[in-house]
This record gives sequence, structure tokens and C-alpha cells, in this order.
Amino acid sequence: MIEIHGLSANYGEARVLNDVSLEVHQGEVVTLVGRNGAGKTTMLRSIMGLHRDLSGSISFDGKPIEKWSPNARARAGIGWVPDDRGIYASLTVAENLTLPPVVHKDAWSMEQIHATFPRMRERRSSMGTQLSGGEQQMLAIARVLRMGSRLLLLDEPSEGLAPVIVQRIGEIIREIKAQGVAVLLVEQNVKFASTVADRHYLLSQGRVVEQLSNDDFKAREVELLEHLGM
Amino acid sequence: MDAFLQYTVQGLAAGGFYALAALGLAVIFGALGVVNFAHGSFYMLGAVASAVLLDVLGIQFWAALVIVPILMFIFGIIIELLLVQWLLKLDILYNFLLTFGLSLVLVDLVKRQYGVSGLPYELPAGLGGLLQIGSVEVPSYQLFVFLFALAVCLVVWFVLSKTRVGMIVRAATEEPERARALGINVSAWVTPVFGFGVALAGLAGVLAAPFRAITATMGTNFIIILFAIVVIGGLGSVLGAVVAGFLVGLVEAYGQGYAGTFSQVLIFVLMAVVIAVRPAGLFGRKEAV
Repeated sequence: MIEIHGLSANYGEARVLNDVSLEVHQGEVVTLVGRNGAGKTTMLRSIMGLHRDLSGSISFDGKPIEKWSPNARARAGIGWVPDDRGIYASLTVAENLTLPPVVHKDAWSMEQIHATFPRMRERRSSMGTQLSGGEQQMLAIARVLRMGSRLLLLDEPSEGLAPVIVQRIGEIIREIKAQGVAVLLVEQNVKFASTVADRHYLLSQGRVVEQLSNDDFKAREVELLEHLGM
Repeated sequence: MDAFLQYTVQGLAAGGFYALAALGLAVIFGALGVVNFAHGSFYMLGAVASAVLLDVLGIQFWAALVIVPILMFIFGIIIELLLVQWLLKLDILYNFLLTFGLSLVLVDLVKRQYGVSGLPYELPAGLGGLLQIGSVEVPSYQLFVFLFALAVCLVVWFVLSKTRVGMIVRAATEEPERARALGINVSAWVTPVFGFGVALAGLAGVLAAPFRAITATMGTNFIIILFAIVVIGGLGSVLGAVVAGFLVGLVEAYGQGYAGTFSQVLIFVLMAVVIAVRPAGLFGRKEAV
């Protein structure tokens, strides 16, 4: 679904990603795990086309996309859920949901969205940022599903949320995966990551230092927690 | 009391074209982040264009009310594609320099062509008389300007808040990068929005033509008041621009009626009070400061 080879990214003088290669296949959940500043968010922004100062190749569905604009990438089926959730304050909940164009035939219908996210129906006329943090996270995920994205880039969806909501997000990720959607998940919550993911990339100072299956990841949980400084 | 009512109608009429022009300024600032110092000259061009259309082609006010905004829309598109789009990636200083320079050029071009004395313009047929309201007579043209401007503002508000186009403009205004990442081609929306803002300034100019002196420099003082309006209403707030436009029109009219030459000062006293009490303006969000 997405293949990245030799990606390096800079912020001015500083190199934040160094020769990173990774891939995510259809129906697979893959995490990027690493400390703050390891380059995880830059990775997602680079895939989305929002970070331009980079070299290397990115191909999506076999097509090289590194020269494409962010909106062309979104229309090709890449859905971004930023770490601040990216909900528009000047748009209602319903408007936030219907803002992006529907880009794929497998896009979720409004009925599906409302069945999975009942709060989106109840609060549809509220302004986007009047929702609680957890509801905003749900809205951000629902938005890219309604759009029909085939690859979701989720930036720390569990951050700052109550355990019961994190659990719900985990269920939703598994449901998305079952439908053949690929997920690239940035996560610092190792426990949560191990409940949803198939594979993990360990990122440190802009490099992939290890690639782990979920079984290895679980077996080395204590060591990884130490590495992440958590 | 009678005088008060007359000043009120006069203020609402002036407020009408302040509101229209400020609305254009707010839409442009919101969608492009460009503070358009040339907005006063776009307003002037609207008025001059109406006078020229009447003089050269015999096109009357009612037709000018439609033709001039369309011409100004096209002019705005050309200016955006030719000049303004290059500003969007640059430091905001360049935007001041370019739009201010552009206004100087436009003013001098008009001066060169039509001189510095005012161009004549007649009140449109049917609106030249006075209208009896209770015990007072008010000029029917002023009442028309108020109602027409109010109607246009309501239509713009409706489009912005209730249609898909408005939704996209609001999203692109609030956070353009995020809108791009959601599959919206923000750049494609920027040019027509700029043209639309310029058309609103031109429309204000048409409305002003029959009862303000039409000169090359009529926009120079106007732009200063427009900025006061935008600050009072809240930078980038569409509702704020409209409400503050009418408010400033009224303050100016009452000032002229009761305080003579002090009237212009009153507008800036109002601005100072608003900044002191609500730094973001009447309808501004905190981030706008």
C-alpha cells in the first residue's frame, strides 16, 4: 500500500529523519514507536506532503507520490488524523465530517458513521471544538473514514484520553483493519500499541533502529518502556 | 428628534458602504492572510467606473450596480494572479509594500486620466426624492443604500454559513494546511475569494458614487476608516466587519451632526475603547490578536 525508501527530512539545519525505510500493507496496522523528538510526527507529515524539505521516495499503491500536493495525496486515499485532532472550530460537527470529498467507493456512509460513532449524530449541530477531547478524536477518525481513506495516519490517538475511550479507539482500529484499510499509528503508549498492531518500527533520533513483530514487541515490553523513558 | 432620525438614516447609509467594503477586506484577510491596503482604491475605482460608464456609454446607476462589481471581480482575479499570489509565501511586510504601492499607482492613474476635481454623478431615477417617515423626511437614496447593503451582507453571510462553498472558505480561513490534507485544493479557492472581496469594494464604490465626491483620492481616507472598522469588529471576523461598519457609519453621522469636525476623531475614540475593553475586537477570536 505504501512504501518508503531512504527518506530523510530536515528542519532548517537539523536533520529529523535519516534514511528511513518502511512499508505498510493493506489491512495492516503498523506503529512508529519512539521518544518525543524521534521524528514520528515529521514522518506522518512527510507522507501527507506537508513537510517539503526532504529526499527519498514515497510510493502509494505503486505510484511515486513524493511530488504530489497534500490535497492530491488525500484524494488518492491517504487520511491524516493529526495529534491535535485538527477539528475546525468554525465548522459544526456535521460540517467537519462532510468537509473532505469522498474519494473511494468503500467510504463509510453517514449511517455507518452514526452507527459506530453515535455521539456524532447527537452533537451534529455543535461547533467542532465544543466536543470533549475523546469525541474530537472520534470525529477526526470518522472524518477520514467518511472520506474513504485507504491508509490512515493516526498521530497519538490515545494521548490524554481516559482508558475507556482508548479502549474504544482500539476497537475501532481493529474494525477498520478488518475492512482492509491500512493504518500507520504513531504511539508512545506501548500497551495500547501492542493491542492493535501487527508490526512495529522503533524510531530513535530520526532512524529506524529496529523492526519488531507484535509478539517480539510484547515480549520486550519492559525493555522498550525503558528505552522510551516511560 | 427629527434631526436625530435624519442623522440615523444618513449614518446607516454611510454604514452600508463601510460594511460592504469592510466585508470584502475581512474575507480577503481571512482567506489569504493579506492585509489589503489597496482596498480603498478598489472602492474608488468602483465609483470612478460608474461615473465613466455613465459618461461614455450612458450606462445608468441600476445597470452599473451589476456591471461594476463584475468588472471589479475580473480586475481582482487579474491582480491576484499577477501580483498577490506571489505574496502568500513571503513575509507580511511585502504585502504592505505591494498593496500600498498598488494603491498609489491606481490613484495616480485615475488622477492622470480624470484630474483631481470630482466627476459628476446623478442620483438614479426614482431615488432622487425624499421619503416621509413619521414627521421627518429622509432622502430615499440613503434609505435604499442601507437596505441594499444590508441585503447583500445577509446574502454573503448566508453563503458563508450555510453552503458548501462557505464551509470550504471557513475551513481554508481557519487552517489552510489542514484543509489541504483533507483533499481540498485551497489554492484554487484563493483567487476567486480575492476577486469577490475586490468586487464588494467596487460595489461600495458604486453606492457611494451618487452622494460622495468622486475623486482619485476618495479611497485614501476611506481605507483608514476601514481599518478602524476591521479592528473594532475583530480582524478576520465577517460578522464583526458588518456590525462595526454600520456602527462606525452611525458614529460618524452623529458626530457630524452634533460634534462637527470632531466626528472623525470619534471613530478612533471608539476604536481605542474597543481595543481597551476587548483587544480582539467585538467579534474577534483571541488568536486573531
